[in-house]
Amino acid sequence: MTTADVPEATAVAAQQAFLAVREEEALDARPLLGGGGPLIDVHAHFYHPASPRAEWAAVNAARLRAGERIGITWHVASVLGTWGLDSPTYFASPADVTLGNDVMLALQDALPGRVRSYVHVNPNFPDHALAEIDRGVARGAVGVKLSASRRADDALLDAIAARAADGGLPILHHVWQWRRRDWPMQEASDGVELARLAARHPRATFILAHVGGGGEYRHTYHAVADVPNVVMDLSGSGVDRGMLDAAVAAVGPRRLLWACDVTIETGLAKLRALDHLGLDAGAVADVRWRNAVRLFPAGSFPGLEADA
Amino acid sequence: MIPVDVNLAIGAYPFRHVPHPDPDVLARVLAREGIARGWVAYLPAAFWRDPSPEREILYAAVGEYPTLDPVPTIRCDWPGWERRVAEAVDHGAPAVRAYPQLWGLGAGDASLARLAAGCAEAGLALVLPVRFEDLRQRSALDVAGDLSPAHVRALARLRGGPPLVVLGAGREFIEETAWALTEPERDGVFFDFSSVWGPPEDHLATLLRTLGGERFVFGSGWPLRLTQAPAANLALLPRALRDVALTGGDAIVARARNAARR
Repeated sequence: MTTADVPEATAVAAQQAFLAVREEEALDARPLLGGGGPLIDVHAHFYHPASPRAEWAAVNAARLRAGERIGITWHVASVLGTWGLDSPTYFASPADVTLGNDVMLALQDALPGRVRSYVHVNPNFPDHALAEIDRGVARGAVGVKLSASRRADDALLDAIAARAADGGLPILHHVWQWRRRDWPMQEASDGVELARLAARHPRATFILAHVGGGGEYRHTYHAVADVPNVVMDLSGSGVDRGMLDAAVAAVGPRRLLWACDVTIETGLAKLRALDHLGLDAGAVADVRWRNAVRLFPAGSFPGLEADA
Repeated sequence: MIPVDVNLAIGAYPFRHVPHPDPDVLARVLAREGIARGWVAYLPAAFWRDPSPEREILYAAVGEYPTLDPVPTIRCDWPGWERRVAEAVDHGAPAVRAYPQLWGLGAGDASLARLAAGCAEAGLALVLPVRFEDLRQRSALDVAGDLSPAHVRALARLRGGPPLVVLGAGREFIEETAWALTEPERDGVFFDFSSVWGPPEDHLATLLRTLGGERFVFGSGWPLRLTQAPAANLALLPRALRDVALTGGDAIVARARNAARR
């Protein structure tokens, strides 16, 4: 397989897996685990054959299987280059960034009723980053993904944030909750650093990634509580009791987005726990999907309309 | 109905606020989540040099709730542990907990082996928590590290040891333990899957396929973790594993008591 074949191969495999899981769910006719109503996962990833993961197709299929079982209406996803094969996941080369985005856009085309794309960019290549955003948006991408290639408050991110704001594209930013040092293979940022960027770009919306994804989330809550253009996604393997309650207390349900990242079972657990936080049905719907519909460009999720 | 959650505690945690870690709340949560019984430790005792004063708290607190079973923490390297084991039996405990990593005890420590033998003789399981929190969020004061697979392997290789119930292990820990044991040694080791990833990585599915459901027991990690997480993991298993049978905590109790009678 050549690199040029990778996007289509990934898309075809995902399409076949999706059809198989739809057939299985139709046969079983079981109630959805996530309850009724729309559900948007704003932090998902897919893999492809030009990555170190031999089981890439199975992992993609497992995401789609779990999504159908729960009732995920839309997966908003990104592909981070070659996931370390030819350049590091969090410092992806321009060529790898482009390949990853091509894969993601092909997946979106193949699964038009389930998948939406972020454009992943590496701010260390500013011209390439802006060109990728324009290219991705022209092909239907609905947001920008920044991982951990450059600290969030670095000036190199300003042009990207401005371009995203101009296009009404939310920026999903990888965050280490309370980063007390540098970790290997990433230049991660924390809530304080993202808040500085958000303060410089009040027209842009920043999705602070995975409050359950490692680190001290309560530090994050303090950091962004008064920064209205930062919203938080609930994904991550962490399922600490008190995490959701404190998130609601810090920023309110209008600034929270349901998401899974790489552990869908913890996403389902948090979804179920939302029902025990004392939120009314409207607030739960905000977290499940309505906030996402409000934040992403109009028409990103056909069939879903959120009230103001 | 889930028969038993083996990974529960009451009481405060020293490094972060935990909402309502109280037995009445726990009893209500178990009923709400469809969990018939719970093995309950007293969380602060893990961090006390001498955990034995917990018995005045744990037995009294748990004793008021018929669905909660006490699991006392017994420090095997301090004198008098034999009395604590006897008290556990008197109070109907299904198991005792040990935290060798918090007490500075290495794998193969002789006092751990003595406690294991004492548990086996008394018909109790021995519960070994790997961790309380993810490494990435720990307090600067929380430097003890995790339980190691070598600790579990050393205990599993003892002849006539008690059932070992390992809490909070991830896939790598479980594989590093299970595949380093003979089948008879492995037969006495059970893992909860509160920290095993589900889809899309499907670590739980992989472990159930490779090791079998009998190695796994339901445990949530309440009050530190959401009770809903392990049930969500089971609900998302692939179709081929939907009906997989896990080991129940009650089966572990029966196994420990039957072995003691022999």
